[in-house]
Amino acid sequence: MLDLLKFITCGSVDDGKSTLIGHLLYDSKLIYADQARALELDSKVGSRGGAIDYSLLLDGLSEEREQGITIDVAYRYFTTDHRSFICADTPGHEQYTRNMAVGASFADLAVILVDASRGVLVQTRRHARICALVGIRDFVFAVNKMDLVGYDEAAFRAIEADIAGLAQELGLAHVAVIPVSATEGDNVTRESDRTPWYAGQALLPYLETVQVDNASRGAGFYMPVQRVSRPDHTFRGFQGQIEADRVAVGDEVRVLPSREKAHVKALLVAGKPAEEARFGQPATIQLDREIDVSRGCVIERGAGLKVASSVVATILWMDDAPLAEGRDFYVEVGTREIPGMLTQILYAIDVNTGERTKTATLEKNEIAVVRLGFTEAVVIDEFKNHRTMGEVILIDRVSHATSAAGVVERVDDADAAGAAQADSGLRMVLKGQVGSTFAFPLGEGSRRFALEEVKAIERALIEQGRDAYLYAPDEHSHVREVVTNLNRAGVTVLLAAGPAIEGALPARDEHLVFRNLVETVGTDPAAIVAYIKDMTATAADEGEDQWQRR
Amino acid sequence: MTERSSHLDALEAESIYIMREVAAQCEKPVMLYSIGKDSSVMLHLALKAFYPEKPPFPFLHVNTTWKFHEMIAFRDEQMKRYGLDFIEWINEDGVARGINPFDNGAAYTDIMKTQALKQALSHYGFTAAFGGGRRDEEKSRAKERIFSFRNAQQAWDPKNQRPEMWKLFNTHINKGESMRVFPISNWTEKDIWLYIRQEGIDIVPLYFAKERPCVERDGQLIMVDDDRFRFEPGEKPQMRKIRFRTLGCYPLTAGFESDADTIDAVIDETLGAVESERTTRVIDHDGGSASMEKRKLEGYF
Repeated sequence: MLDLLKFITCGSVDDGKSTLIGHLLYDSKLIYADQARALELDSKVGSRGGAIDYSLLLDGLSEEREQGITIDVAYRYFTTDHRSFICADTPGHEQYTRNMAVGASFADLAVILVDASRGVLVQTRRHARICALVGIRDFVFAVNKMDLVGYDEAAFRAIEADIAGLAQELGLAHVAVIPVSATEGDNVTRESDRTPWYAGQALLPYLETVQVDNASRGAGFYMPVQRVSRPDHTFRGFQGQIEADRVAVGDEVRVLPSREKAHVKALLVAGKPAEEARFGQPATIQLDREIDVSRGCVIERGAGLKVASSVVATILWMDDAPLAEGRDFYVEVGTREIPGMLTQILYAIDVNTGERTKTATLEKNEIAVVRLGFTEAVVIDEFKNHRTMGEVILIDRVSHATSAAGVVERVDDADAAGAAQADSGLRMVLKGQVGSTFAFPLGEGSRRFALEEVKAIERALIEQGRDAYLYAPDEHSHVREVVTNLNRAGVTVLLAAGPAIEGALPARDEHLVFRNLVETVGTDPAAIVAYIKDMTATAADEGEDQWQRR
Repeated sequence: MTERSSHLDALEAESIYIMREVAAQCEKPVMLYSIGKDSSVMLHLALKAFYPEKPPFPFLHVNTTWKFHEMIAFRDEQMKRYGLDFIEWINEDGVARGINPFDNGAAYTDIMKTQALKQALSHYGFTAAFGGGRRDEEKSRAKERIFSFRNAQQAWDPKNQRPEMWKLFNTHINKGESMRVFPISNWTEKDIWLYIRQEGIDIVPLYFAKERPCVERDGQLIMVDDDRFRFEPGEKPQMRKIRFRTLGCYPLTAGFESDADTIDAVIDETLGAVESERTTRVIDHDGGSASMEKRKLEGYF
């Protein structure tokens, strides 16, 4: 049975990456004749004079051909007697890291090119780090240009040792290191007699036989619901792709996040009735009783997926505009999309060296460990436990750019208090202000206010875009509770009350409470408005403090 | 029937996943139906993806009015058989101006195909259009995303494509913008043929070799499909046993001599293909190897 291997190739044009793939295809007689003809024509204006330049076979966009670089992922297809292959050919330069990540997220295996004459470089580390980040477990390091170092074993072994160190640092599970020469064809499609000291396979035979690690998809069965199909009142099916294990007719399953249980009544696999559906298959599941299921729900059995409104994730920032803490996004996880917010950058990770640094902003192609909050609890899990439920993208709510991609490292406890706090923190940034309470003691006297004065301040705040609420309760039985909940909802409460005002204020440790307005800013309404705006604003660096205070 | 291939299963699963994502997330999707074998596969995948429901979007055929007669007959039969919501769009302005492939060359393709497609999409306000483009067809397509964003002018910006991570597709657009979605991006011509055989999918008879009237021009065999054909001086139609690798507009799509008149014979011939399929689509050679990319920038599929 012919199977499919998706792999990515990483390396810059200097490493001879396009030449390697071109040679792989050409040598295997896998290209069609007219593409070969086009190659011949193109090569007349190519960078290698009269010789065939294999790289011209691959670089598709006109601009790339002119600049001699590869700026976006290109997909190549070939089949041997043993396997079908899809190769995502990706750019090597740091400025195109996000394009490399796209290719890596598609692949099961990475082929990383290392120039034998230059050894393991900063870019080698970057390529391996990005591939590992997005979930690749199997790596091949092709040490290219062995012809330039005279097929010297010592040179190869030194590079091999460096790669072993890198593999350990990144926790790469399956690693092969192969000495090749793309221009000369050594160890590309067949073993070379110029590297007698190398006992392993040539690159193509290796790719034809390697078994990639798919076990890491996670324990238990789960299927995120893509769509509810309801053609008529007799049929209600949940469509999705099985992300791990299998499910059979009669199995008891659980729907998340509701946790309701039901049995599988019937199954369709790719439109045909089936007794069971396995990992990777497109399924339609019918349940034996009517429970609430919609797109974004997950049907599972024994997977133990989590439900949470806050996670810690490692993200790759891909937007041209820099990121600051407190930005809100649409977050996609599984088949669910939900408003959410990047509440905190815990630390940045240098994409080249792995060094951790504290930062409040991220530039394009930078990696960081961040905290994400969602407006409500969603089905989500750690990437290492259940891959699909640990993959997220962040979409800019205005530009609609895919601003970041990330993997979930840790899911915060979803107990009620924790969830409420996360919601509170999220609203804080969505509203652009901190839930807070300002005491306005009513009555006569220099440190007291007339209700009309407080109303004017409220109006001024609202006119200036703030969610402020003048709350002037008649009696104090539940005032404290009301104020606390308004603060949780992100509202700036102007609490206007009589002598018992102190007893109505929320506890200081949960929300911002301002008792001594007059002492601080005096009684000028404009100054009070400015002060309230200032104190409740969610500046990026302040937002982090607020979050931690919770 | 041949042994089931896990690699075709993987491709099928990916395509079905993409179609369901579009049906669930995009406001007003449409499937472009060009009648060719890739469209037959797309239709088949759509039927499987949503069964027992019918595909929850219409099928749009942009008719240049120069399609082979057998294509139109096949189209009508398929749409009727599966009871699909079908839309035909013809650029009536182009027809009124008498635009044709003989006199107007590249302008014909632009007006009757590219412009007509844009007209249809904006007339109905479709927000997402499935196309049968495959990445193995041509070098610039090899770099296009599966969900390919189009601005309000329906143009593709190859240097500024949205990152496409895992299976998390960003379908957000503003008013006037749209998505072109390519569910069979990762299929090769070979995969298409193997899948047609495995699934027993109907395709237009023109893919099978038969005696057909044609003339030879620049080394290519052009079929004479109706009396609108214009002969060069000295040309006479002759019966040759030909078939087609791709189907476009009849004077622009060359056939080639073949004896392959069964699916197995076609596959045998194709799997040993020495010419990739777009060679016989005459329009692709206008303007050298950057020509497809240029037309895509202008909104061609």
